[in-house]
Amino acid sequence: MADLVAAFGSAFGLVIGLDPDLLEIVALSLEVSFAALLPAALIGVPLGAVVAVARFPGRRAAIAVLNLGLALPAVVVGLGVYLLLSRSGPLGSLGLLFTPTALVIGQTVLVTPLLAALSRQVFEEHWAEYEETLRSLGAGRVRAVATLVFEARHSLATTLLAGFGRAITEVGVAIIVGGNIQHATRVMTTAITLETSRGDLPLALGLGLVLLAVSLGVNALAQLAQETLRRAEA
Amino acid sequence: MPRPRAPSILPLRVDGVGIEIGGVPRLCDLRFELRAGPCSVILGPNGAGKSLTLRICHGLLAPSRGSVRWLGPGAARATLEQAMVLQRPVLLRRRVAANLDYPLGVRGVPAEERRERVRATLERAGLSQLAERSARALSVGEQQRVALARAWVTDPQVLWLDEPASSLDPGATRALEETIRAIRSAGTKLVMTTHDLAQARRLADEVLFLHRGRILEQTPADAFFDAPSSPEARAFLKGELLP
Repeated sequence: MADLVAAFGSAFGLVIGLDPDLLEIVALSLEVSFAALLPAALIGVPLGAVVAVARFPGRRAAIAVLNLGLALPAVVVGLGVYLLLSRSGPLGSLGLLFTPTALVIGQTVLVTPLLAALSRQVFEEHWAEYEETLRSLGAGRVRAVATLVFEARHSLATTLLAGFGRAITEVGVAIIVGGNIQHATRVMTTAITLETSRGDLPLALGLGLVLLAVSLGVNALAQLAQETLRRAEA
Repeated sequence: MPRPRAPSILPLRVDGVGIEIGGVPRLCDLRFELRAGPCSVILGPNGAGKSLTLRICHGLLAPSRGSVRWLGPGAARATLEQAMVLQRPVLLRRRVAANLDYPLGVRGVPAEERRERVRATLERAGLSQLAERSARALSVGEQQRVALARAWVTDPQVLWLDEPASSLDPGATRALEETIRAIRSAGTKLVMTTHDLAQARRLADEVLFLHRGRILEQTPADAFFDAPSSPEARAFLKGELLP
């Protein structure tokens, strides 16, 4: 018990003292997850919009596949990207495995389907409400979808935050394709995993506290977005 | 600010239109023609199919059978020469003025002219003081009037109104009907549905009586309210509950 209290004490010390090792890991985590969120949003959100608005054969099957994105196992994505990037894999010659770029690729693959599935739901609800109005006003398909993105902006902001939360808290992809290499690919989740198994509880706890704070911040932002929306419409 | 009108898209011919929804027939063999000029009111009890008729005529819904054809010389531009106010209007999440600007943007009207037309339409509709308010924050009655102004701003040849006052109190209804009259005097063909007899009497020039998915008569308003030719319409006018 005393050990635990001591561990908490030094964990706070690391966080408050801005320990350089801890800062490096936190910074890389944030960088990688933001870098993954950007392409994931650029691919996932339009994909969600198309599946929500377009009518094509096999649409129900497409939705079922898309919804897999809601519960995609990170370790499986990690394994897949590992096979792709490993020396004998199709992209092996690029030498990306165990680099931050590999982390970004892996998290992009993980988050894109999540954003596509979540934004499809957002777009479908809005489309049900807006379709007749937009068509009556004379908007063509492309303009209608652009209008829908604008009209759904608050819900989409929440969706993006959910995607960021997923990226920064996942451990499966980061450990498999990143390899948890010190000063190179060590992010918060992989560091916590390693330091816990090595018994360095203060660093693990300190990182855990930061990760928790980041998640809390993301949720607070999401709530703020929702409340802004509600206030605007009250 | 009168603008030269595009060639007329009217008359509209509805020929043998029927529709099933979920396997249930809701409209059956509708045949009528709508001409430029008179305010046509589609009257009938709830569930008669008034809303469906309007949406099919406007082109939001494809009928299962039959055809809806614009016969005027301007028929090719029919989509952009119409506007509709839905029973529960959906305003865009932006300011009132921006809501009116939207259909003008769709039609490629230059920005400066857009500003002027939005301003003028808000004034004609008595909504100038709401221009900068966010549209979704307005009361139901105000939203209905903004939706009507948004439909008016493009100066449509045909304006479809689906139960325009169904959830409004008398004051809001009066304000709405004033705008509806102004739109009619500006030369727009109005086609509206209602189950409200008093409102039909106030606004109709001709009545299409719809009952159980069929048009039972299309009669000038005076004649209809004097002596309707169908027994169902006679019963409806007497306030009886139709089977």
